Amino acid sequence: MGFVLSSFAFLLNKTLLTSLKRRITVYLQVLNFLISLSIDYFFFVKDREMREFQLKLNENQKNRLENALKQIQVLSTKTNSSASASVIVADTIPVNHEDGVLKGHGTSDLDGEVVATLCGVVERVNKLVYVRTLRARYKPEIGDIVVGRVIEIVPKRWRIEINFSQDAVLMLSSMNMPDGIQRRRTAVDELNMRSIFEENDVICAEVRGFQHDGSLHLQARSQKYGKLERGQLLTIPPYLVKRRKQHFHHLEQYGIDLILGCNGFIWVGEHVEVRDAMIEDQENKPDQQINMSDRSLMSIEEQERTFTPLETRQIICRIANAVRVVSSLGFNLTVEQIIDIVEMSISLNLEIHEMLGAEFYVQIAEREVERRSSSGKRK
Amino acid sequence: MEFVSPEGLRLDGRRPMEMRQIRGEVGAVSKADGSAIFEMGNTKVIAAVYGPREVQNRGQQMSDQALVRCEYSMANFSTGDRMRKPKGDRRSIEISLVIRQTMEACIMTHLMPRSQIDIFVQVLQADGGTRSACINAATLALADAGIPMRDLVTSCSAGYLNSTPLLDLNYIEDSAGGPDVTVGILSKLDKVTLLQMDAKLPMDIFENVMQLAVEGCKAIANYIREVLLENTKQLEHRRGI
Repeated sequence: MGFVLSSFAFLLNKTLLTSLKRRITVYLQVLNFLISLSIDYFFFVKDREMREFQLKLNENQKNRLENALKQIQVLSTKTNSSASASVIVADTIPVNHEDGVLKGHGTSDLDGEVVATLCGVVERVNKLVYVRTLRARYKPEIGDIVVGRVIEIVPKRWRIEINFSQDAVLMLSSMNMPDGIQRRRTAVDELNMRSIFEENDVICAEVRGFQHDGSLHLQARSQKYGKLERGQLLTIPPYLVKRRKQHFHHLEQYGIDLILGCNGFIWVGEHVEVRDAMIEDQENKPDQQINMSDRSLMSIEEQERTFTPLETRQIICRIANAVRVVSSLGFNLTVEQIIDIVEMSISLNLEIHEMLGAEFYVQIAEREVERRSSSGKRK
Repeated sequence: MEFVSPEGLRLDGRRPMEMRQIRGEVGAVSKADGSAIFEMGNTKVIAAVYGPREVQNRGQQMSDQALVRCEYSMANFSTGDRMRKPKGDRRSIEISLVIRQTMEACIMTHLMPRSQIDIFVQVLQADGGTRSACINAATLALADAGIPMRDLVTSCSAGYLNSTPLLDLNYIEDSAGGPDVTVGILSKLDKVTLLQMDAKLPMDIFENVMQLAVEGCKAIANYIREVLLENTKQLEHRRGI
């Protein structure tokens, strides 16, 4: 059958060739006609530039975006030489063997040469040479603050998805009990685990470390960790979140909590007052007992407390969209920048959905150029 | 049938040693950890990599290395006549296996124990050499996903028709029934990870044909390196300090 098909295709080719000349002239005419109409040609931004969403950019916007990105490239080559140290898989990393070399992550040895096994940037710390990846899954480090989602409840522990190569484990024993008392976890506690976190809850915790069996453990030994409610979870590539002193941010002007998880999970939610365990203990004891007894019957007061006002919800969406735009442009994510973008969108009187539009996208790119060039001068 | 004209041109106007135009692009699927599109002439393939992630089937979990899975499929619209094939036909199972073994040879699976890596490749346009195109696309996608690899695997096919070795066969040449040698190599390590031929060929001719395919692989490797370096640099520039 294959042969028949191929010969058929060949014949087709021959007949096509004869009529090709005529066709070309027709095509040219059509093309001329189109150009004479001067239709607005729209360009789709290539996926390489943004994976999140496709935008319709007109020619002007496209040029502006290209300019901005070009300038960013020029600026980054000027300010830091690290970009020039980009390597890809199987590139040889030049090292001085006399000093002795420690091979770190993303490198391997091939006939005495140090060879990269990842795409990324070469980093050198004293003798250590390693490759820092861009675009990869999250690599946990002890003490990182992560946001994750509960996948499964198994005896004494929760399994949590944190964008790592395996699910993380949060032990019941490495969790502060809601009543704030330090004590041994009993079988009753184990049965009540669902009252703390259920499946699909979004939670925030700290990386405790790897256990001997190679599994990753988390801990939540403070009031600031725990269940996250009334907000949005965004996932961005983890390399865009830089490890800092602060990952919890309370944006007071909006009444919003912003958590930049090191694993690329970003939480934007209504601000929740973190109460000291001891004070809470005394205040809420009777209250909690009522809660436990009849949860289904929520008082009006209770409902009011769990209600998020419209303005707060709108500002949550605004911040979330700011994060989306920045991450799809591939810029590093900082709180200052997000606040800046949110304020810019408000001052421009933009609707929330317009923040994901082409014009705003280009404006953010241009603003980033300004910001980087001014900060470069200050240095 | 005449596959090489007396002037030394093939059916699509190429010289015997000439490859089709290749194009690769990283980042085609938004939700995947790594993805790529690879084109060789009219053959167009999309690849998506998910992982390393938690093993779905606990029984398959390995405590010392990662599990690599691969699924090859052809879109219904990829061939000239629209065929509704069952999903798991023998041909695609075989190619899935080939791709999986080839990629597993270069992924450093021992660095990601208890996890699994899923590679999905789909043929969008088929014009011969889908196997090689799939491997090239998978390599790009794996590199994009930040999965540690020993080297980049690249693949290319070569054939022997009208007593001439031909590089990178298209569909018409492929279905002529002559020998079709698909080679996959690790260009830096200079190792062969894939070699397939389903016909007979004298030793000395086979050497020539295979050498030609290896040359093709190297050319593709160079191109893929360019694409990846460009992409890496761009990401780093964008990210800033």
